[in-house]
Amino acid sequence: MNYRLIFNLIGKVLLLETVLLLLPMVTALVCGEFSSVAFAITAAVSFILGLFLNLFVRPKNQFMYAKEGIVVTAFAWILVSLVGALPFVISGGIPSFIDALFEIVSGFTTTGASILTDVESLDKGLLFWRSFSHWIGGMGVLVFVLAVVNRNDRSMHILRAEMPGPTVDKLVPKAKTTAFILYAIYVVLTLVLAIMLWCGDMNFFEGLVHAFGTAGTGGFGIKNSSLGEYSAYSQWVIAVFMLLFAINFNLYFFLIMGRFTSIFRNREFWVYVGVVVFSVVVITINIFSTYNNVATALKHSTFQVASIISTTGYSTVDFDQWPALSKGILFALMLMGGCAGSTAGGFKVTRVMILFKKIGNDLKKSLHPRTATVVKINGEKLSDETIGGVTSYLAVYAFIFLAVFLILCLDPNVPREGAFETNLTASAACFNNIGPGFGAVGPTCSFAMYSPLSKIVLIFAMLLGRLEIYPVLLTFSLGTWIKK
Amino acid sequence: MNIIVVGCGKVGKSLLFSLVKENHDLTAIDSNEEVIAEVRNSYDVMAFCGNGTSYTVLKKAGAENCDLFIAVTASDELNMLSCFAAKRMGAKYTVARIRNPKNNDDSLDFMKKQLDLSLSINPEQLAAQAIFNLLKLPAAAKLETFSSNQIEMLEIIIKPDSPLDGVLLKDLKRKHKGKYLICAVMRGESVVIPKGDFALKSGDRIGLIVAEGDLNGTLDMLEVPHKRIKRVMIIGAGIVSRYLAKILIRHRIPVKIIESDTRVCEEVCEELPSKATVIHGNAMSQDLLMEEGLSSTDGLVALTGRDEENILISYYAMSNSVSKIIAKVNRDELFSVAEKLGLDSLISPRRVTSNEIVKYARALENTLDSKIEALYSVMGGMAEALEFKVLADSKLTHVPLKEMKLKKGVLIAGIIRGKEAVIPDGEDMILPEDRVIVISAGAQLYDLADIIA
Repeated sequence: MNYRLIFNLIGKVLLLETVLLLLPMVTALVCGEFSSVAFAITAAVSFILGLFLNLFVRPKNQFMYAKEGIVVTAFAWILVSLVGALPFVISGGIPSFIDALFEIVSGFTTTGASILTDVESLDKGLLFWRSFSHWIGGMGVLVFVLAVVNRNDRSMHILRAEMPGPTVDKLVPKAKTTAFILYAIYVVLTLVLAIMLWCGDMNFFEGLVHAFGTAGTGGFGIKNSSLGEYSAYSQWVIAVFMLLFAINFNLYFFLIMGRFTSIFRNREFWVYVGVVVFSVVVITINIFSTYNNVATALKHSTFQVASIISTTGYSTVDFDQWPALSKGILFALMLMGGCAGSTAGGFKVTRVMILFKKIGNDLKKSLHPRTATVVKINGEKLSDETIGGVTSYLAVYAFIFLAVFLILCLDPNVPREGAFETNLTASAACFNNIGPGFGAVGPTCSFAMYSPLSKIVLIFAMLLGRLEIYPVLLTFSLGTWIKK
Repeated sequence: MNIIVVGCGKVGKSLLFSLVKENHDLTAIDSNEEVIAEVRNSYDVMAFCGNGTSYTVLKKAGAENCDLFIAVTASDELNMLSCFAAKRMGAKYTVARIRNPKNNDDSLDFMKKQLDLSLSINPEQLAAQAIFNLLKLPAAAKLETFSSNQIEMLEIIIKPDSPLDGVLLKDLKRKHKGKYLICAVMRGESVVIPKGDFALKSGDRIGLIVAEGDLNGTLDMLEVPHKRIKRVMIIGAGIVSRYLAKILIRHRIPVKIIESDTRVCEEVCEELPSKATVIHGNAMSQDLLMEEGLSSTDGLVALTGRDEENILISYYAMSNSVSKIIAKVNRDELFSVAEKLGLDSLISPRRVTSNEIVKYARALENTLDSKIEALYSVMGGMAEALEFKVLADSKLTHVPLKEMKLKKGVLIAGIIRGKEAVIPDGEDMILPEDRVIVISAGAQLYDLADIIA
């Protein structure tokens, strides 16, 4: 293991965080809030630590293999979160460190689950930092470092560890350029969204914060009612952009390059579109009786479907009050999540497709034992390794989901009524980086009631979900560290 | 540059390795899925699985916009065809490996023209040429000539009984004044840029910079034994051997070829002029070698198909004090073994091929815009010699070298000023319009200004 390189890279990530911390600091300064001091202190801590790691831990060589890529990713995320939690604690906005850590991990992992019961009382600077962390975490911290500073030619391993999806394709030969293009697309889309929001009923601060939350598919609002109070225009804009940010970013690259056939042949995209349309139609019909108005029902169902499938977690209504069928569909969407290679979390549409095709093939094989079968996605054969990877990912995913759920069930603080639903959706919402669930963690409630143990478990669930399980799991398994 | 490499065998991989290091955008194509998976994991390149002649695959890899298209699969025909396809699609330059001697006779020029090939590479012929260069200057383990042949860099291994053993560099410089510079020393596995208080040791591989024309004089002065090779014995009559024999005969050096296969012997006799002596026998037999006058030949080249045999025969020849021994070694892992045995001149057609293509890529890039004029891999790949052109507005000009604070592991080894070659010492300065040769062990340089700490 190349420890020096890992620590050096983490030093670079901390230096990056220092720069990023300056933005909320400026916001707090402009608003004349005390939290600017908290940000200054945190930035100083992060700067000193980063500088120390960067200057004094010089890598002897640049060897980076899959192992280093995985470990550095997990470490970077944990450290960035630990530092990122400080402003909340120092400023007194969230006095408990565990709560602050929960909040910022929820931010970086683009979950959007909050322990705050009254968001509106929080300082503007802290609100900005919460939402900004969504934006940073959406595309990935290390990918950014990769795009800007790193010259390592093996950085592909980092890209692979941090970008979601079963296989990660490069857009161009160099990993660094690929990271740069992805970030450029991300920045431009965010800007377009922010401008469109400013044209509506949002002021500068609101537009920016919601653009961050939508782009990272995070979901931290700045109102207790999430987006319920904003105009239908703003809600529609955000709904559409949530859907856009859950599409594989490679498609935007193809769009720019004029490779339209690559987009049309992308099966994942069409399956995603199909699922969205189907869900919206069914839910609209299902909730029509509640609103008695097609436009309103369509708006709410589209917004909630977009919010859940993109794993954002904004809400315009308390969908916890919806009929069972709608809630059932939303729960299914929670587990699936968006497309691979987007900022969305969840199990990913591609993996679902691969599993379905594999099951189909296996059924065919049991009917005709001699058939030769391959699993094809976008007209290309997938290797057995990839398919095996997806099936075992499903198993790990299910086990961890279950483990988190069981630990949450130990918690005595959860209200007895509907505890099963609450715990089940809380673990699903955190593990898939969505945010709100049903019951006591529904869109109008918060995660505040959970005990510290449950919160720590949920923090891990969020990290596991964002980094797609293996990086975190491997970093905490002994085999990675023992020299053989 | 956008470069596509078709065929990720040994040559293909070593090309990917070197070209990625030089910051090119690379796309690899191979028909083997496992090879592609390995390439994706080890190099920062895009990789596609498929046939290099397929239009769809080439289109996916972006052959229309590529600057350089390199085909190095095992098959000559496939290489030619995919180069042709890529060229027609819009690739700017194409390079194909064409190794079959039947494709390399007079028909080559015709085919090259018809296929619009920019360069065809014949590994065996290149290897033969490289061997001949080594035979020309027996003292050097390697010889690199910088631009317009004005400065040369020799790599010499200090023998145990050499007068250089144990000498401090500043003493050496005081004793033998002259235009030379010891620019790098490889001891064990590491390369250092030596200072004045560095003591040479036997077993060191030193990089010696001299101006062209001073070569023999400098070697005399440093008491490095060097003499022209008069008789060469070649073991094995493969393709490389035949090319080599032809070159040697053209330079009037008598050749003796030892080959164990009767039919091959006859073939060679037919192919080569009668000046070559072809002996039928097994070269692993030491009696045969002695009988054929091993102790009186001064050059032995072991070119059988087996690396191990080549190493053993060379080792035996070394104990019979043959002054220049060259062995062909194809497998990388045997290189270090052979070096440990004391064999300093090893040739691998594969390495020669990939070096040649990399050199071509560099030359191409120079025609585009790069600050590095030329880049040579020296000291067994542990250091680089780079050539820069000094711009008129450079801040480095008119400063005596001893006042420059250079990065660690960097040395200004030569200055080419018009037709004059300067081997610099502390008093010399860089002037505008000069070409500067910089040796770098470990430091990454992209521009001449990068040498300053």
